[in-house]
Amino acid sequence: MKALAWHGKHDVRVESVPDPEIVNPRDAIIEISSTAICGSDLHLYDGVIPGMRAGDILGHEFMGRVVETGPGSTLKKGQRVVVPFTISCGQCFHCSVTQYSACENSNPVEKQDLSATVYGHPMAGLFGYSHLTGGYAGGQAEYARVPFSDVGPIVVPDHLDDDSVLFLSDILPTGWMAAENAQIGPDDTVAVWGCGPVGLFAVQSALVMGAARVIAIDHHPHRLELARSLGAEIVNFRESHVREALMEMSGGLGVDAVIDAVGMEAHGFAIDNMLDIAKQKVGMGADRASALKQAILAVRPGGRVSIPGVYGGMTDKFPLGALMEKGIQIRTGQTHVQRYSEKLLSMIEDGSLDTTFLISHRLPLEQGAEGYRNFHDCQNEWTKVVLKPGGPLPVRPGSTSAKERAA
Amino acid sequence: MSIRQRAARPVGYTGLIVGVAAAGAVTMLYRRRERDRAGDDAPGYTARRGFETYDVVGRTVTIRQPREKLFAFWRDFQNLPRVMENLVAVRPAQAAGRWIWTIKAPAGRTVDIETEIAREEEGELIAWRSVEGSAIDTEGRVRFVDAPGDRGTRVSLTVAYKPPAGEIGRGIAKLFRREPAVQARHDLKRFKMLMETGEIATSARRKADRAGGELPAGDRNPKTEPQS
Repeated sequence: MKALAWHGKHDVRVESVPDPEIVNPRDAIIEISSTAICGSDLHLYDGVIPGMRAGDILGHEFMGRVVETGPGSTLKKGQRVVVPFTISCGQCFHCSVTQYSACENSNPVEKQDLSATVYGHPMAGLFGYSHLTGGYAGGQAEYARVPFSDVGPIVVPDHLDDDSVLFLSDILPTGWMAAENAQIGPDDTVAVWGCGPVGLFAVQSALVMGAARVIAIDHHPHRLELARSLGAEIVNFRESHVREALMEMSGGLGVDAVIDAVGMEAHGFAIDNMLDIAKQKVGMGADRASALKQAILAVRPGGRVSIPGVYGGMTDKFPLGALMEKGIQIRTGQTHVQRYSEKLLSMIEDGSLDTTFLISHRLPLEQGAEGYRNFHDCQNEWTKVVLKPGGPLPVRPGSTSAKERAA
Repeated sequence: MSIRQRAARPVGYTGLIVGVAAAGAVTMLYRRRERDRAGDDAPGYTARRGFETYDVVGRTVTIRQPREKLFAFWRDFQNLPRVMENLVAVRPAQAAGRWIWTIKAPAGRTVDIETEIAREEEGELIAWRSVEGSAIDTEGRVRFVDAPGDRGTRVSLTVAYKPPAGEIGRGIAKLFRREPAVQARHDLKRFKMLMETGEIATSARRKADRAGGELPAGDRNPKTEPQS
């Protein structure tokens, strides 16, 4: 089959690899119909996530049809499913309390040591996201092996097209959980840093949850316009002083809750961020956390900080004093996707969530490398890229059909 | 980290270790905890001081399954190679109640260790030790305790071994000591995976790619397994 593999910083290639097989009893094999590039894939693309190996297949937002099942799977061949990016067994303590992204049994034993050492506990297994999280092959491919297929994948009805339900895999529940973690009340003003897909879904979720006002912060005009179209007010950090603007827009009180949907590769002009960039470049594992630092200073005393943005290492000059003295609550974590699947699917069905507005480009899988490059370099226009394995190829000399699985 | 690498504390510990080959380091450790109540409540194997000639490692995991089920799996020693990386096979020895454990040794070799059950409390504890004259002097103990509420069972594994003399002994010791705490953790986590989910997680895309290949997945449907 064809799959998009990582080969180093800014080097991803679509290549031929052997088809996956059923390995464990609860596995299923999915023939992928749609698979997206996630903003967090860009952290891999930039080479700032440890534990990557050349040839690793990327992709953790995918859906398709069940083509094969192990004896322990509850799926049936032909079912159309969306696959959560978190791999969860459903039976350990953490799964039993719906903390699915902390599953104790999905990261293979021999892969747990690094994160257990660095974080104190091992991470759960994730698709296509380094050997820190299991080294599982991702879904930017024609087929994927899905472990614990009786727990993760959600069956979707045929009358909803791929674009409508694909993001149940990650960014929709991630934006939703980000807003939930902000514990939004009816009179609240909520500020969201980053108008990438997760930030945009967080904006939409916060409004659905009844926030009085949502203020979206970014520097890409088109992305800010998307946030505005959802009902947010916008602040362009290249044009306005963000903290001052937020104080004024919240009547001098400070915003009630802040959401950092930027993560470890934040832009920033402050000297501490420059230092973090230098450290990240020389591989010292420093997270550039300027969005988070700004958010902590902007939130009102007693306010809430929600962090859906991805961090992997450590950061310097963290405003710990502001955190304590203002009595701020922080909630964060990888998304417990399975907790939200059913609810969000029904909200898509009844039209209370729009999940397609942010898709800017649809490409055949073969053009995956181009998708990465543009999603990385042209963030204003390329807001979300969906890859179609086996999709119609533009006429190019020498190109072959993506459908070459014999069977 | 091996406990014997840690800083020694000047305590009168030698007397407790005397005759340990017969009585068993783990048993002695257990008794020490019973007697030495001046210490804290931490498990003995987390102590900062060493255990003389013995290496001792211990690990605990919580498994969301009934105690009796976990005990029964462990009590049939022939199940253990499914979860223990260094254990190739276990078979009954000629003498009743004794077992031959075949353990991986360097250079693709294996070594047989004859063991006997040192202590058994139904549903709660199994202790084993190598018999006199074994290639390696080792003993282990696994204890099963109900976890609070519906959290299942706390399983604590303690293994002690004395590095043997001779060339092959040194080789085995090296293998054993590679990362004994990591080894214990890995073995217990595989046990947990198999008991909770019916399979052992792997990121292999194909059967042939499975690391080691020799750790078989569970052949039962986990849906039919009892839940705690």
